[in-house]
Amino acid sequence: MQTFLQVLINGTGKGAIFALLALGFVIIFKATEVVNFAHGSLALAGGYVVAVLKPMVGWWSAAAAGITAAAVLALVIERLLLARARNASDTSLAILTIGVDVLVLTEVVRRLGTEASPFLGDPYDVKPLTLGDVTVGRSEVVALAVSVVLITAFFAAFRFSPWGVAMRAQSENREAAALMGIRSSRVTASAWAVGGALAGIAVLFLATQDFSGGGLSQATHGVALAAFPAAIIGGLTSPGGAVLGGFVVGLTEAMTAQYVDLDFAKVAVYLVMLLVLVVRPSGLFGRVVQARV
Amino acid sequence: MSDSNRAAGDMVPGDGRWWRIGRVAGAALLIVVLLALPLYLPGEWLKVGTWMMTGAVGALGLTLLTGQAGQLSLAHGFFLLVGAVSYAVLSGPAGDPTYIGFGLPPVVGLLGAVLISGLAGAAFAPVSGRLRGIYLGVASLALVFLGFWLGRALPAVAGSTSSGRLPQPFSIFGLSVDVSRQLSSLSVFGVPLGRDERTWYLYLLLTAIAYLLAQGAVSGRPGRAWRAVRDNETAATVLGVSVVRVKAGVFAISSAYAGLAGVMTAWWTGIMKPDESEVAGSYGVTVSIAFLAMIVVGGLGSLPGAVLGAALVFGLPVALPLLTQSASADIGSGTAFSPIVITNFAYGALIVLIILFEPSGMAGLGRRLLGPARART
Repeated sequence: MQTFLQVLINGTGKGAIFALLALGFVIIFKATEVVNFAHGSLALAGGYVVAVLKPMVGWWSAAAAGITAAAVLALVIERLLLARARNASDTSLAILTIGVDVLVLTEVVRRLGTEASPFLGDPYDVKPLTLGDVTVGRSEVVALAVSVVLITAFFAAFRFSPWGVAMRAQSENREAAALMGIRSSRVTASAWAVGGALAGIAVLFLATQDFSGGGLSQATHGVALAAFPAAIIGGLTSPGGAVLGGFVVGLTEAMTAQYVDLDFAKVAVYLVMLLVLVVRPSGLFGRVVQARV
Repeated sequence: MSDSNRAAGDMVPGDGRWWRIGRVAGAALLIVVLLALPLYLPGEWLKVGTWMMTGAVGALGLTLLTGQAGQLSLAHGFFLLVGAVSYAVLSGPAGDPTYIGFGLPPVVGLLGAVLISGLAGAAFAPVSGRLRGIYLGVASLALVFLGFWLGRALPAVAGSTSSGRLPQPFSIFGLSVDVSRQLSSLSVFGVPLGRDERTWYLYLLLTAIAYLLAQGAVSGRPGRAWRAVRDNETAATVLGVSVVRVKAGVFAISSAYAGLAGVMTAWWTGIMKPDESEVAGSYGVTVSIAFLAMIVVGGLGSLPGAVLGAALVFGLPVALPLLTQSASADIGSGTAFSPIVITNFAYGALIVLIILFEPSGMAGLGRRLLGPARART
């Protein structure tokens, strides 16, 4: 029972991070219809900035700089590349982001080199928290708290702020929204920036001893890849679904790692996704595209 | 992507006579050059060539699936693994205590491996037939992870992660990937045919068969069905194309190609061994992405483009060390611009530039350059 509670809390904490990644991914998809395969690289690039600045300016400023860097990189990708390829098909744009992903990943991994990969969670990493008779990683608890705040803030903004209204209008019908005076380019750009910032926050927890046992490296990119199944499980068009998918992925991974096999944990996530897709081809809450003749 | 249905140039009606003669002459010249190359190139360059051909076979399969039929797949690495493992198991020695093997003749093993990979692709039909676009792309990613886990969980089949198992030597018509067996003394124009030369001809034969089969499919009825499904599923259904069956079929064919490429990979590396990590290795996500890069760089749906893309993406990392002769220099801190880094930069940048400026890839570029010549004749 004690182990179960421990795994449950750790899994929820991990799920919170996948939720952040998947949420950013879905925000970008909703606003631009682009599947951002470079999402893992955004996280990695943000993490690299944190790792470089940390010894010089301290963790807090470095973290802020890293989050900003990830947001700016996302913005640059959107403005410089995707905004110029509006008419390409969805698949072409997805492949374009794969190209960007290869570039950013290669450069960051090359810069990291073969030296010990840096850990990024200084204020909370490897400081186990004892609640009653259950011991859990502090990173997971902090991650959960941070993402609950961020996700609540996002949904409030999405629901009530002018930005959220513009965003929903655009994802509903791009042309009609433009005719109503919504600046399409501003909405897309802000969506990418928010997605990038969320990835930049997520990496602060991904590259910790508690979370993955490894520092910032190519493996971090592999871990972040689990955000794709998370977003797909929930349905690519549903922010709520992304959050749910994130928790499903986190819990699945933690449970199978504890009770089945560490290697199998990585596969289990994808098998759950396949299962969901066979039953619901557009994910749990995704918009079902119907063919009209 | 819509103008890649003109990908195979020979489907365009009304080609001039001179154009056609030029094409035939060009193809003949290419064949002569490819046949003559081993007589001049040193062995290490032949290894580069055979690795390019391995990539080309895989890329041909993927361009049928993604370029012609419009189904995004990131599972190519998995089907490479299926092919390689199937060959190792089918042709492996029967009495081996550590590894399972059926002791079948290598030729049967090769055909069996291709067949099994095709069936594995067909078995994915319940998923691949129902999903479209990005959902399929991410769903296919699941297979790569499944393969990674299975490879590690079943060392008796896939070889142990530390030492791996040896793929059986293969030989047909005197063309071989044989390492130790006594070679009969063959020589052409006074050049003795050694191991690398024979491997070159074997790979060339396999690649040519793969290419011709793909070309036949693309210009015939299956190709028309694939393009119909790609361009508009509803319209394809109305035309009497069974969308689910076509999708499952093209997935199976593409996987069979990947299976053959997998066998060629195992021969080339000389060892069958599962990947160390899920992000890097011979059968992982990075390989799937490399194959996707090949067909995008070459031009989605174009067969010559796929071969060119493969030559670039698989050729660069093995050719660069030979060119610079400094493979082992400054590895110390690991931040050097190694051949693999340079290759990644090259194809990453090419993907971006090609999608932005020339969506039909090198094939489109070629058509544009040759276009005026064609129009004149």
